[in-house]
Amino acid sequence: MGMTMTQKILAAHAALPAVEAGQLIEADLDLVLGNDITSPVAIKEMEKMKVEGVFDKDKIALVPDHFVPNKDIKSAEHCKCVREFARRNEITNYFEVGEMGIEHALLPEKGLTVAGDVIIGADSHTCTYGALGAFSTGVGSTDMAAGMATGKAWFKVPAAIRFNIVGKPARWVSGKDVILHIIGMIGVDGALYKSMEFVGEGIRNLSMDDRFTIANMAIEAGGKNGIFPVDDLAIAYMKEHSERPYTIYEADADAVYDAEYTIDLSRLRPTIAFPHLPENTRTIDEITEDIPIDQVVIGSCTNGRIDDMRIAAQVLKGRHVAPGIRCIVIPATQSIYLRAMEEGLLKTFIEAGAVVSTPTCGPCLGGYMGILAEGERCVSTTNRNFVGRMGHVKSEIYLASPAVAAASAITGRISGPDQLKAV
Amino acid sequence: MKAAKGTVFKYGDNVDTDVIIPARYLNSSDPAELAGHCMEDIDRDFIKKVKKGDIIVADKNFGCGSSREHAPIAIKAAGVSCVIAQTFARIFYRNAINIGLPIIECPEASKGIEAGDEVSVDFDSGVIRNITKGTQFKGQAFPEFMQRIIAAEGLVNYINQK
Repeated sequence: MGMTMTQKILAAHAALPAVEAGQLIEADLDLVLGNDITSPVAIKEMEKMKVEGVFDKDKIALVPDHFVPNKDIKSAEHCKCVREFARRNEITNYFEVGEMGIEHALLPEKGLTVAGDVIIGADSHTCTYGALGAFSTGVGSTDMAAGMATGKAWFKVPAAIRFNIVGKPARWVSGKDVILHIIGMIGVDGALYKSMEFVGEGIRNLSMDDRFTIANMAIEAGGKNGIFPVDDLAIAYMKEHSERPYTIYEADADAVYDAEYTIDLSRLRPTIAFPHLPENTRTIDEITEDIPIDQVVIGSCTNGRIDDMRIAAQVLKGRHVAPGIRCIVIPATQSIYLRAMEEGLLKTFIEAGAVVSTPTCGPCLGGYMGILAEGERCVSTTNRNFVGRMGHVKSEIYLASPAVAAASAITGRISGPDQLKAV
Repeated sequence: MKAAKGTVFKYGDNVDTDVIIPARYLNSSDPAELAGHCMEDIDRDFIKKVKKGDIIVADKNFGCGSSREHAPIAIKAAGVSCVIAQTFARIFYRNAINIGLPIIECPEASKGIEAGDEVSVDFDSGVIRNITKGTQFKGQAFPEFMQRIIAAEGLVNYINQK
């Protein structure tokens, strides 16, 4: 029986000639990741283990990004715990404030994730690196601790769903619209325990940043991972960012898929997920009512990359955020921040009346830097719109692309960029 | 732990980790402190009413969302002895096993149990009994590999024993 791309990577890392869906395996890890929320729990667990130290100081990445710069004393204590653990264990890839970024934007940029890797991270959006043809998946803190100690993790080999991507997206349609469309179609548990394998000629019409966004939200469909084939664009990205060798795995022609869908990019429209689940999607054309908003967030591990900053700036250029609306822009890494500055994007944001923040996950999970009050609404480029996710339990989050978020900031209501008056 | 018995708290589909333990409390990793806010954004009365041994029963995709292990930690520290659901989100499933919170997938039990019912669960056989209604269900038993981790009361002890 043939194997999917995910299954081939797992088989190779378990030193098995073949694996099949449902099989329990123990795989070698190329990278173990943690942040300031999950690492302290993992460090405490690892200290209970009878081990000398970490399995490989070069294969662990610790990124304080959720509540940094420290939002309060307790967060500061967590960050201190991670920092001291990194020092004690001489962790090569610890990223302090000033070097850090939102982990899933930062690691590919730093060249720590390449095709063929098996990566676990104590953060659910670790599935992002599938954009480069790696198997990567989110785990909890105890798995992270075991990974740091042993360099191994147990997995149940996932069955797969294949998404055949065809066509070319229209202007203002981006990776976010693709993944929101898919989640709307299959539901928040539509890919539960499974790998989401993206294939097809349409992939060449998706930028790397589009692919990171799509793989990033595989978890919002319940997926174990999302994965893309490795094409010239992915190879060029890895060559630019990494010195690590990569391995290209391809699915067998007779690989088995539980389900197959075709996604025609040319038919997609800007898509918005209504409260309180990412599956509650509607296209911009399907929204007939007027939905006034209070806040816009453009950033996160889903949409804080340079493409996202450029799109937001294109929409905001020469326009101004509506009176009474808070528009918060968060470049995901220091390097994206710098590039946005050099390209004049930050000037555009500030002149439009937006604020620009240092990299942080802050508002996405209701940590800080943009918490919602009772009854407030936010259009956000983040990944979850659960009850209370960004603040008060009676606040609302509408998930959208940077183009829709920026357009909504200008009108003060949910809007597509095509609805704006020309400037 | 071989068995659980307690009063049921019942929830619907897609109970996410943000409502199990809101991120505003994730500046702590202390189990008792986390337990004090368990289920706060879906059921403010949960923490006032929950007694040691009580059982959570839910529909589809319990524990979806974030990878925060704080979610099963909060549930366990609140005294809950078992979570029964039609399905679990995969990271929550791993985390619960890894920290030794018993969880069982059983769609029939989820449909046949209501809030306030007295329920018992036998972990060896996977048999779930609704004492209040006099009904019985067979839950999915854990694969042997996972039973070893559970028997060791979590992944850390399991690794230490190897």
